[in-house]
Amino acid sequence: MGNIISTDLVKGKPNLEVFSGTLQELAATDRDIVVVTSDSRGSGKLVPFGQKYPQQIIEVGIAEQNLVGVAAGLASAGKKVFAVSPACFLTARALEQIKNDVAYSDNPVNLIGISAGVSYGALGTTHHSLHDFAVLRAIHNLIVAAPADGYETDQAIRLAAKINCPVYMRYGKKNMPLLPKTNDQPFQFGKGRIIREGEDLTLIGTGETVYPALEAAEKLAQDYKIQATVISMHTIKPLDYELLTQVAASGKPILTVEEHSVFGGLGEACASFLIQNNYRNPFKIIGIPDEYTVTGSQNEIFMHYGIFENGIAQTALEILKEQA
Amino acid sequence: MTDKELAAKSIEYRQKILTYILGANAGHTGGSLSCIDILNVLYNHTLNVGPENFSSPDRDRYIQSKGHCVEALFVVLADKGFFPESDLETLGKYQSHYIGHPTRKVAGVEQNTGALGHGLPISVGTALAAKLDNRAYRVFTLLGDGELPEGSNWEAALTAAHYKLDNLCAIIDHNKLQITGPTCDVCNTDPIDAKFESFGWAVRHVDGHNIKDLKETFGQMPFAPGKPSLVIAHTVKGKGISYMENQLKWHHGVPSQEQFTEALAELDQARVALV
Repeated sequence: MGNIISTDLVKGKPNLEVFSGTLQELAATDRDIVVVTSDSRGSGKLVPFGQKYPQQIIEVGIAEQNLVGVAAGLASAGKKVFAVSPACFLTARALEQIKNDVAYSDNPVNLIGISAGVSYGALGTTHHSLHDFAVLRAIHNLIVAAPADGYETDQAIRLAAKINCPVYMRYGKKNMPLLPKTNDQPFQFGKGRIIREGEDLTLIGTGETVYPALEAAEKLAQDYKIQATVISMHTIKPLDYELLTQVAASGKPILTVEEHSVFGGLGEACASFLIQNNYRNPFKIIGIPDEYTVTGSQNEIFMHYGIFENGIAQTALEILKEQA
Repeated sequence: MTDKELAAKSIEYRQKILTYILGANAGHTGGSLSCIDILNVLYNHTLNVGPENFSSPDRDRYIQSKGHCVEALFVVLADKGFFPESDLETLGKYQSHYIGHPTRKVAGVEQNTGALGHGLPISVGTALAAKLDNRAYRVFTLLGDGELPEGSNWEAALTAAHYKLDNLCAIIDHNKLQITGPTCDVCNTDPIDAKFESFGWAVRHVDGHNIKDLKETFGQMPFAPGKPSLVIAHTVKGKGISYMENQLKWHHGVPSQEQFTEALAELDQARVALV
């Protein structure tokens, strides 16, 4: 991996661990918090939760359609439900239950897609979720989010437990440094966070791609005196149109970075908004192309497709060169 | 309500089902007629639910998995006073809330259903919530026999038994016909009772058109302590209209004006015979 920005930034834990810790904290004072798992408490870091609150965890076995249906029933009766399953299975096998039982019936289930994107690395395509943003964006009445670090994860879980509406969140497994905060705005779904400010171009990441985008920005500054704004667009839907408008106004290039197919995810969502609102900024989507991903660890897959410090910086230089 | 009064209700409901299907020029006629006696007994005898307590967390729940037979549900909900019956004149019409499957936009509907194999998992979750909260409400769900091959039903059947949900009752409207033909020819699910029993359910068979038997059966739930209950209701698709009974084409056939008049007359005769 690339340069380390500061010792503070490499601290932090996997988002999934933060998720589990926050949920335990909430469950201590709220008996209505219920976790539903499909033989997934281990990979969801929920073993301690299950030990502490055995009355607040429902195991349905490896049966994702049932997981989501049961979660919807629990939520309809007032439970604050977190349905936890690998993102690949949750959002493909149980898609109809997400569409009908959660979103359409407006049962406020929090769907937690664990080990999302290519977190499972060499386990391969069956275990990757590179489609979830695309399919879920097309479903009405569902917040779609990918918190980037421990702060966003913690805040997103607290908010999700409170707001009483259907939410999908995806989390990865790798250690995520805490990202810098450039303001004190409280976390809100649909409001992206500016992680770094710069005037030459904008890098927009989501989930585990925000940190490599930030590393790329630091490299561009150090090596090329190019200053990039970096945004954590933790909510894919509703997308923060206000922030997009703000960064597009300069006419400078915009680069999106996501651990998702280049089809239908963060990049296309941003592009659609910008084009329809007459912004013609140079624009590129970094993501997984339309192919079966190369075999490797998550890091290796990221490197292969340019989702890392040097790769993102290189694409940024290319887009700046094209513009010049 | 006496059995005779309930039987009269069923006749009235059948007439209304046909009226609104004719008005919408669409509907699941055969299945609505096969399940209407079950809905009648549930809403007018068994369930502790009505407009007055629909926001109470302690109300009994009814979730219709075979959502396509929405005409039966809407007619009963209107009769219970959830909404004015005249609303049903808009069934299937542009901008109406009254669509071809249950939706929560309609007062009294618990869940949006219509895709098959969804009612049982949601019912399991709702029954689980009652157990977690120590509430006494019960959950009833109606499945069509044709939707049993949906795998989600069997996933949920496992969970219901695993968590000993004796506050859950699934009813199968076993009219033995689906859109392609006899259910046993399309995908044989027999023996349904032995399958569910082996999953840990307590199973009863009942004549799904016999008011007295339906009342007694639902009244005996749970059939075994610590087990979910399954009622296999033997029914006739198109029940009550002689030219529709057991005829595949009435799965979602819409009667002509003449056929409608004939059907209503037959039901009028049945009402006279009741007295």
